[in-house]
Amino acid sequence: MSTKSLDKSQIGKAPTGISGLDEITFGGLPAGRPTLVAGGPGSGKTLLGVSFLVNGAQTFSEPGVLLSFEENAEDLAQDVRSLGYDLDKLVEQKKLLVDYVHVDRAEIEETGEYDLEGLFVRLDHAIKQIGAKRVMLDTIETLFGGLNDAGILRAELRRLFRWLRDRKITTIVTAERGEQTFTRQGLEEYITDAVVSLDHRVHEQISTRRIRVVKYRGSTHGTNEYPFLIDRDGITVLPVTSLLLEHAAPDARVSSGLPAIDEMLGDKGFYRGSTVLLSGTAGTGKTTLSAHFVDAACRRGEKCLYFLFEESPQQMVRNMRSAGIDLSRWISKGLLQFHADRPSRHGLETHLLEMHHAVEVFEPDVVVMDPITNLLAVGTSLDVRSMLTRVIDYLKSRGITAMFTSLTTSEQSLERTETLISSLMDTWVLVATQLEGRRRNRQIYVLKSRGMPHSDEVRNFRFSPHGIEIEPAQRDGDRAPARKQRRPNARKGK
Amino acid sequence: MPSDKFELRLYVAGQTPKAVRAFANLRKICDEHLSGRYSIEVVDLVENPALGRGDQILALPTLVRRLPTPIKKIIGDLSNTERVLVGLDLRPRKAGA
Repeated sequence: MSTKSLDKSQIGKAPTGISGLDEITFGGLPAGRPTLVAGGPGSGKTLLGVSFLVNGAQTFSEPGVLLSFEENAEDLAQDVRSLGYDLDKLVEQKKLLVDYVHVDRAEIEETGEYDLEGLFVRLDHAIKQIGAKRVMLDTIETLFGGLNDAGILRAELRRLFRWLRDRKITTIVTAERGEQTFTRQGLEEYITDAVVSLDHRVHEQISTRRIRVVKYRGSTHGTNEYPFLIDRDGITVLPVTSLLLEHAAPDARVSSGLPAIDEMLGDKGFYRGSTVLLSGTAGTGKTTLSAHFVDAACRRGEKCLYFLFEESPQQMVRNMRSAGIDLSRWISKGLLQFHADRPSRHGLETHLLEMHHAVEVFEPDVVVMDPITNLLAVGTSLDVRSMLTRVIDYLKSRGITAMFTSLTTSEQSLERTETLISSLMDTWVLVATQLEGRRRNRQIYVLKSRGMPHSDEVRNFRFSPHGIEIEPAQRDGDRAPARKQRRPNARKGK
Repeated sequence: MPSDKFELRLYVAGQTPKAVRAFANLRKICDEHLSGRYSIEVVDLVENPALGRGDQILALPTLVRRLPTPIKKIIGDLSNTERVLVGLDLRPRKAGA
């Protein structure tokens, strides 16, 4: 046994199965050793530990024991049910064992010498019953409130962690953050293999959860604070700053959904996996243009994820129907999914995470965010830019073609944001309205499009019952044959 | 002073010095203060590890007064007779003790 551990130059890792956490720890927690998870009340310590146990039991064939010092088995099962965890079922399958350890100081008298052998016996018995490889102690420092002799307690905890190490049990030990010390009872002195810190901050009424790997003996690890999310699918950590500029740049092209725009882009449309900014003042048809894009993608059988920051999906579907684009059929076919959220509901980090999460679950080919300028309600333009950089990196790394709409109000404030954002985009399409006599004239043009020849022309367009109709090019005769633009584009496709 | 029968259970894990000491101390106290109206059951968790859960045993040795109710627990080797008597409700708790 000892030779086996000796010839391993790198320490073994026990994957947590928590999306993102295994990336920032390069594989998981130290296998066969204890990890301290510290955080304030409500920071998600218990959920992290439970995820570790549930994933261990379900995915990695490593049964787990949960020694709960704070909640009984029923309350605990209830708490994590909303995350989709069925503890009762795992207990039934003998993949999980929950033992509630309750200490009530009021009913205990202490006299003379004692030890915590009773706890060891219980834990040992539980481990043997299901052949556990993982253990969670949540929150063991509760014992300090139940027993008077802190000296005995400390000696016994030290012995307990050693005992778990000797048995090669991968353990999560949760602890409350302390005022003076890292944890309230200084458990960091006993657990030095790996230390993870959780934090739940509320800034300007917007809450963000963060996780940091403070220490990881014998392993490299991401040292930043990473935002994480707790939702119905459990915990997701976003290793945002580990992204590099090394995504593939495919040559394949995808249609914008409007042949006239494709034409302006070298007659081929956008690059697959590229990012498109669609900006304009209110009522210029940005959403309708993105609906054309989505409609075309769905016609090709691709999956689209549409983030709405202003309207509800129902509203959007209704409006587009009146504009001649039927999106509901793509929804029922499972090709189109809306994700509507008020920007002010969370901080940018949380939005970012939710987007990641939605993308991971739905695995779209195309993503639309409409309009990104609404995110300015929850962050400065620099924050939004940094968030979008991460979104774009992420989408590019997955080869997803993305369209972002941006609302330009007057000439000033948002223009700056737009310039900040536009540098991140591969293609920038502008829509504007101009007064011509007594009529508002809509115009569209391509401001930039990296890596392809593109047209300089400004074209007029109008809404028809069949969607947007873009007028043919007015100047040169060598391209843009008129027949293409006159056709109602929403009807086109295969 | 209660005149009910005392049903006591002493939890230990093997014949450790602490366990032996606790049992001896318990016998002495019971003989002196509860003569004829007590019973002691010794539970060895090494032999019956599953039994620790029911009485929420953590520290060892633990003496559990199962009767009369309410349940009382006294942990340690029971070397301080005064505290054991207080713990068993055989002597009133001193203020500030």
